[in-house]
Amino acid sequence: MTAGLLRLSRRAFGRAVAGLTVAFTLAPGLVFGQAKKLPGSLLNNRRLDGWLRVEPDGAVTVFTGKVELGQGILTALSQIAADELDLPFERVRMVSGSTAETPDEGHTAGSQSIEYSGTAIRYAAAEARRLLLERAAERLGQPIDSLVVEDGVVLTADRSRHLGYGELAGGDLLQREASAMVPPKPAVRRRIAGQPIPRLDLPAKFTGGAIYVQDLRLTGMLHGRVVHPPAYHADLLSLDESAVRRLPGVIAVVRDGRFLGVVAEREEQAIAARAALQKAARWSHQASLPRSDRLHQELMGMPADTSQVNSKGDPTKSTGGRRLEASYTRPCLAHASIGPSCAVARFGQDRLTVWSHTQGVFPLRRDLARVLGMAEGAITVIHGQGSGCYGHNGADDVALDAALLSRAVDGRPVRVQWMRDDEFAWEPFGSAMVVRVAAELGADGGIVNWSHDIWSNTHSNRPGSNAGTNLLSGWHLSQPVPAGPPKDIPQPNGGGDRNSIPLYEFPNQLVRYHLVKEMPLRVSALRALGAYANIFAIESFMDELAAAAGIDPLAFRLRHLKDERARAVLQAAVDRAGAAPPAAGDGLPGRGLAFAQYKNHAAYVAVVADVAVNPKDGALRVKRTVVAVDAGEVINPDGLRNQIEGGVIQSTSWSLKEQVRFDREGVTSRDWVSYPILTFAEMPEVEVVVLDRPDQAPLGAGEAAQGPTVAAIANAFARATGRRLRDLPFSPDRVRKVMA
Amino acid sequence: MSQTFRLSVNGAVRTVTADGDTPLLYVLRNDLGLNGPRFGCGLGQCGACSVLIGNVPVRSCSTPLSAVQDAAVVTLEGLGSIDKPHPLQTAFIAEQAAQCGYCSNGMIMTAKSLLDENPHPKPEQVRQALSGNLCRCGTHTRIVRAVLRAADHLQSAKVTP
Repeated sequence: MTAGLLRLSRRAFGRAVAGLTVAFTLAPGLVFGQAKKLPGSLLNNRRLDGWLRVEPDGAVTVFTGKVELGQGILTALSQIAADELDLPFERVRMVSGSTAETPDEGHTAGSQSIEYSGTAIRYAAAEARRLLLERAAERLGQPIDSLVVEDGVVLTADRSRHLGYGELAGGDLLQREASAMVPPKPAVRRRIAGQPIPRLDLPAKFTGGAIYVQDLRLTGMLHGRVVHPPAYHADLLSLDESAVRRLPGVIAVVRDGRFLGVVAEREEQAIAARAALQKAARWSHQASLPRSDRLHQELMGMPADTSQVNSKGDPTKSTGGRRLEASYTRPCLAHASIGPSCAVARFGQDRLTVWSHTQGVFPLRRDLARVLGMAEGAITVIHGQGSGCYGHNGADDVALDAALLSRAVDGRPVRVQWMRDDEFAWEPFGSAMVVRVAAELGADGGIVNWSHDIWSNTHSNRPGSNAGTNLLSGWHLSQPVPAGPPKDIPQPNGGGDRNSIPLYEFPNQLVRYHLVKEMPLRVSALRALGAYANIFAIESFMDELAAAAGIDPLAFRLRHLKDERARAVLQAAVDRAGAAPPAAGDGLPGRGLAFAQYKNHAAYVAVVADVAVNPKDGALRVKRTVVAVDAGEVINPDGLRNQIEGGVIQSTSWSLKEQVRFDREGVTSRDWVSYPILTFAEMPEVEVVVLDRPDQAPLGAGEAAQGPTVAAIANAFARATGRRLRDLPFSPDRVRKVMA
Repeated sequence: MSQTFRLSVNGAVRTVTADGDTPLLYVLRNDLGLNGPRFGCGLGQCGACSVLIGNVPVRSCSTPLSAVQDAAVVTLEGLGSIDKPHPLQTAFIAEQAAQCGYCSNGMIMTAKSLLDENPHPKPEQVRQALSGNLCRCGTHTRIVRAVLRAADHLQSAKVTP
């Protein structure tokens, strides 16, 4: 299993060294709207041979546009393919995220890879298996229903004759459009999907294998670094680069408008040259940012495009009951990848090849073409793994940096890794948000009306949009390519309004999104997007209403919830959590509960959190969490658990500690001291209960724990102290303030 | 000024020519072709670049080359390989103790030092030992389990005749 991926990386990397390029062979999809609706990503990538290739030895290569981000997707997709093809798991090889070889599946984002790529691969594999069987029936002169398939070999009923996939697959067998007419196996016949198969990529990661883009070493490769402006809005007044050019190993000092970079023989020489170039540049600074302690007020005061996300019944209906209102805020949050972004680029004969840990090779290629003035067909982008990204970090930006620097040294391959402060100061953050919720509580404890208002910047400024570029250095060139107008992701997924429509059965409700177009800080997609803040608000407020009504939080939720699967995860989390622990002498104890169905159509997650609050120093400690998840059919149960555990711990980190700090000019969170994250000493225990539903469609779960976790912590705090935390993060300062 | 340095890395003597101020990390990665130690911050804050020098976990991103002459450096590759993994590496695989894996090097190297000093750590001692190593994916609970599993394995290997 391990060897499969290593082969893949060596091959991909080796191809680069050899200077070979692979022609793009996928036939373009049919005109949208005229073609049959195919499931998952087959819809826009309709050729069977775009997804699968049967090798002469009977192994099968699977091509996916989704990429490995540490979430285990390639292992899960391999499981789906092996199962549907009746192949041993080890005989499936994955090729992922290459503009030269794989389908265009946009970005790997939004917990959608199993739903889209997995579904496409499942149908494509089922159809390929059927085509192989039909051909075997013809060659063996036997009725198709009499044949059996074992480990990629088709056998006659008496097992006297057999043909392997490799023998059957020659020629044009898969050169056709998928029909999706061959039904995949029923759940009871799956043997590999549904198993906790170990991840393909981990052995190399634990032993020092060359597996990251950071590990790519091309012949003659040079090292580049960039010098970013000292502030968001700064003009380069003067630059004396002569001293930098004289430094050891320096090959080039590149200046193009406000874009500054260096290329050197050795990595430490590039880093030293970067430091010298920073000193040699004189900039004018502009204090363009709002005061950080006024960010939320400013956000609410800026012009906004207001849209009605949902309206039901009569949102103004009143029975003269008790009315509650509360506002919740989150700060800007950083992706804060452990490894700063890295890319390698090489120009050769007017062709650019880029190795990147981008979430979308095709969207990145579109933006690279736009900034570099090249045809998309002249650029190949190949995915290699990087440090976990959790959304749109600096990955795409550094790919452009590497391309610009390679172009400046006659196309020699250049590896650029951002320094820690490049990543923190220039990555696009998850937007700050304000969510205001109001409701009227009827005399019977029912909710008479409900309103939810969101103020936020967009949660998607990714490459690949229709206009302009979202690659940072594109904005800084002497012939800049500016960003296009900000838009957000529409419902049913939503961006800032993700999960803003309550799943609860409120008869009268109004949900509005005030999309603020002006962006004080650079923002884009961070795991869960607006769902984190919206669920924080909804689920905190549900507890506030339950308390006002004098009803138990679980009973209050169940009363307003019809969806059986939603009710089941809530009950399962509460049952597993057992009795709330007594005081343990480490602070005021409290238990909280929260729930959401991610995007209202993906995985169901309920979280119980046990906390301890120290009223003296304000320390809020999350001790134990219990999570119940229903993700429909589970392809890899351990992969699901890993994603949920990680989601809980990351959300705990966001919730207790994280906030991007800035002054009037720019970002001041530039290292792990100024942007601390959760450490081993602070991590909660996490127990995960999986409600497996093999007959149901798989539901995206990678981002599903983020929202319920923060709300469960806030509710546990309220239970412990009788006070409410409505502003993130729940720092000791904030805790002391609300307890004062 | 570039100079020639003799280093002992993973039991082999290696010669490199570089400025003495060069952080050890870049020599290990770029001159010696090792992938285990990884650049995370360059500030000694995250631990992704950890190597062992005399069984002490050291941040190679902020350790100058000139300071490690004559010292035995061990990297992740020096513990074991895919075909012959160290019990810690085996335990990390068994517990699937990573998502992106970028921090794994520092976790494993720091845990190696801990287990050499304290073969029977309690869970809180593992957490304490790893408290200077950052993980962003949230695989902390798995990492702690993997270290405890490796400790168990090493112990049972010792008592078995």
